[in-house]
Amino acid sequence: MTSVTPDSVSSARPDVLALGPVAWAKKNLFSDWFNSLLTILIVGIFGWGIFRLVLWALTVAQWQVIPNNFGLFMSGTFPSQLYTRIWAILAIICGLAGLSWGVLGRNVSTLFSRNVLIGLGAVCAFIVLFPPTRPNSLQLLPMVALVAGGAAAGRQIGRKFPGVGKWISLSWFLSYFVALWLLGGGLGLTKVSTNDWGGLVLTLFTAVSGIVLCFPLGLLLALGRRSALPVVRLLSTAYIELVRGVPLVAFLFMGQVMIPLFLPIGSRPDRILRAVIALALFSAAYLAENVRAGLQAVPRGQREAAMSLGLNTPTTLGLIILPQALKIAIPAIVGQFISLFQDTTLLSIVGLAELLGIGKSILANPAYLGRYAEVYLFLAVIYWFFCYAMSLASRKIEEKLNTEH
Amino acid sequence: MTQFQTEQPSAHSTSTEPVIVARDVEKWYDNGFHVLKGVSMTVYKGEVLVVMGPSGSGKSTFIRTFNALEPYQKGSIEVDGITISHDLKNIEAIRREVGMVFQQFNLFPHLTVLQNVTLAPIWVRRWPKAKAQEVAMQLLERVGILEQAHKFPGQLSGGQQQRVAIARSLAMQPKVMLFDEPTSALDPEMVREVLDVMRGLAKTGITMVCVTHEVGFAREVADRVVLMDGGYLVEENTPQEFFSNPREDRTQKFLSQIL
Repeated sequence: MTSVTPDSVSSARPDVLALGPVAWAKKNLFSDWFNSLLTILIVGIFGWGIFRLVLWALTVAQWQVIPNNFGLFMSGTFPSQLYTRIWAILAIICGLAGLSWGVLGRNVSTLFSRNVLIGLGAVCAFIVLFPPTRPNSLQLLPMVALVAGGAAAGRQIGRKFPGVGKWISLSWFLSYFVALWLLGGGLGLTKVSTNDWGGLVLTLFTAVSGIVLCFPLGLLLALGRRSALPVVRLLSTAYIELVRGVPLVAFLFMGQVMIPLFLPIGSRPDRILRAVIALALFSAAYLAENVRAGLQAVPRGQREAAMSLGLNTPTTLGLIILPQALKIAIPAIVGQFISLFQDTTLLSIVGLAELLGIGKSILANPAYLGRYAEVYLFLAVIYWFFCYAMSLASRKIEEKLNTEH
Repeated sequence: MTQFQTEQPSAHSTSTEPVIVARDVEKWYDNGFHVLKGVSMTVYKGEVLVVMGPSGSGKSTFIRTFNALEPYQKGSIEVDGITISHDLKNIEAIRREVGMVFQQFNLFPHLTVLQNVTLAPIWVRRWPKAKAQEVAMQLLERVGILEQAHKFPGQLSGGQQQRVAIARSLAMQPKVMLFDEPTSALDPEMVREVLDVMRGLAKTGITMVCVTHEVGFAREVADRVVLMDGGYLVEENTPQEFFSNPREDRTQKFLSQIL
C-alpha cells in the first residue's frame, strides 16, 4: 500500500468552479463547432415560436371574449344576483388554505419569506392588471389578504395548540358540505337548480367530489384484490378489470342512462350526481391498482414484524402497511387525481356546462365567432394551474414524509 | 458491556419447566418441498438455546413456527401451555408472549425509534402512552440507543437498528425471545455490539432461542446447542461437548466447515 502524505490529500470538499455566464455558455453550449450549430439552431426554433406567439397575443388576438364572458367561465349560468354565495365559498377556501398553511408551517422561522412576498405581490398585481379580474379586484384582493391573515393566525394557533391539525382536516371536510349548501341553496337560501351550475365552479365541484369518493373506494378495492378470501378477491378483480376495459365516455353515458334504471320510478338522481358517481366509480378502478402497487412494495418483513408483536390484522394494516404503501403510491395516486380533474372535461359530452363546455357554448355565440385560440389558450392555462398545484402539493407531501435522512 | 465476558458462561440456572414443546413437527412449503421432517424439541424456562446448521437446513423455518409466522402440517407445538392452532385469537395470544428479532431488523421506517418501541405496548397491551414511553426509554437505555430515541430507523446504523429491534420485542415483556440470525445482515464491526446486548439479555434469565452462526456466542452463552440439517434435528448437546466432542459425524463435518 502506498502511503499518502498528509498534505497530498485535502479533507475539504473541492469548490465547484463558479463560472461566469459567458464562460458557462462557452463551456456548455459552444464547446465546438457542432455544439455551437446545435445551440443556434435550437435557440432559433424556440425563439421564433415564442416570438410568433407573443406577436399574435399582442396584435392579432382579440381577448375581449374573455372579460366579456368571465362570469360564465367562472360559474356558468349561476344567477348573478347570488354571486355573493360563490364569493363566500371562495372566502371559506382562502381562509382555510391560509390557516392550513400557517399550521403546517408553524415551525418554519418565517412564513413570509422574500419569495413568498414576491409571489403574493405578483398575485395582487395580476388581479389589478388582468382585465377580466380587474372589475372584481375589490372582492379578490381581500381574498389574498384572507390567505395571508389566515396563515399568520394559523401559525399562532398551531404553536399554542399542537393538536389543531385534525380540526383543520375536519373543517375542510365540513367546508365541502357548506359549499354544497351555498351552491344549491335550501335551508333558508334561495334554491339554485343544478342546471345553472357551470364553469370552473362545476369543474372544481365534480373533481373534488370525484376525488373524495374514489379514494376510499379505490383503497377498498386494492385491499379486496389482495384479500385472502377468494370471493372478495374475485369480485374486486372482476370490478377493476371490467371498469378498466370500458372507456370513460361510455361509462359516463351509462351513468346518465343506466343508474336511473336501477332505482325506483320517480326517483331520478340529479344528473351532476350521476356524473360524479360515474367518474368516481371509474377512477376507483385505476386508483386501486396504484394503491395495490404501493401495498406490494412494502416488504413482507413489515407485516411479520407487526404480527410477531401481537398486532391484529386491522391494526397491522392501518398502522404499519397502509401508511407505507400510500406513501410509496403518492406520485401515482396524485397522477390519477390529475387525470380525474382533466376527465371532467368529458362531462360536457353528457350535457354538463363545465369549464370546457362553457367555452364551447361561448364559441357558438356568433359574436365570438372564430375566437378559438383565445378561449382554448385561456382554458388551458386554468387547467394547467390546477394540475400543477396538485403535483406541487404531492411533491411537498413526499418531502414531508421522507424519513430516510 | 465487557463485564459480561469475564463471567463464567451460563451463570443462571435452568429450570425443568418447559416453555416451548415441539413434537414431530413436519412442514411442506407450497411448492411441495419437505422442509421439516419431524422435529421435536423442548425449550425450558430460563435457558439459552442456540440452533445451528447449514443454510437450507430448516432452522429459521423451525423457529418461525413457534410464533405461527410459518404454519406447519403435522405434529404439535405448545407455547406457554397453549397449543398453536388455526384460531386467530389463540395465535395472537401466543405472539404476545413470544418476541422475535429478525435478520433484516424489520423496524417500521415511518415511525421514530421511540414509536417503534411503544407501538405494541400501546395497541396490544393497552398501556397508557406515558407508561409505554417510560418503559421504552428504559429499554433504549439498556441497549444503548437512548440518544437516538427521536430519530427514524433509516438514520441509524445496522447495529443500532438491530438493538432497537431487540428493545421493541422486549417492550412487550415476552416470556421467550426468538432470534433469527440477528447478526447475519450486519457489517462485521457491528456484530459485537448486538451480541453484547444479547449476552446482557441472557444474564437476565429470559428464555432465548437463537439461530446464529456465531460460535463464540454459542460457546459462551448457550445452555444447549442443537444442530439441524436437511429438516432433521441432528444433535442436541451442551456447548462444551458440541464444539469439542460432538456425538455425530454430521456435526463434526459442519464444525470443520465453519471453524
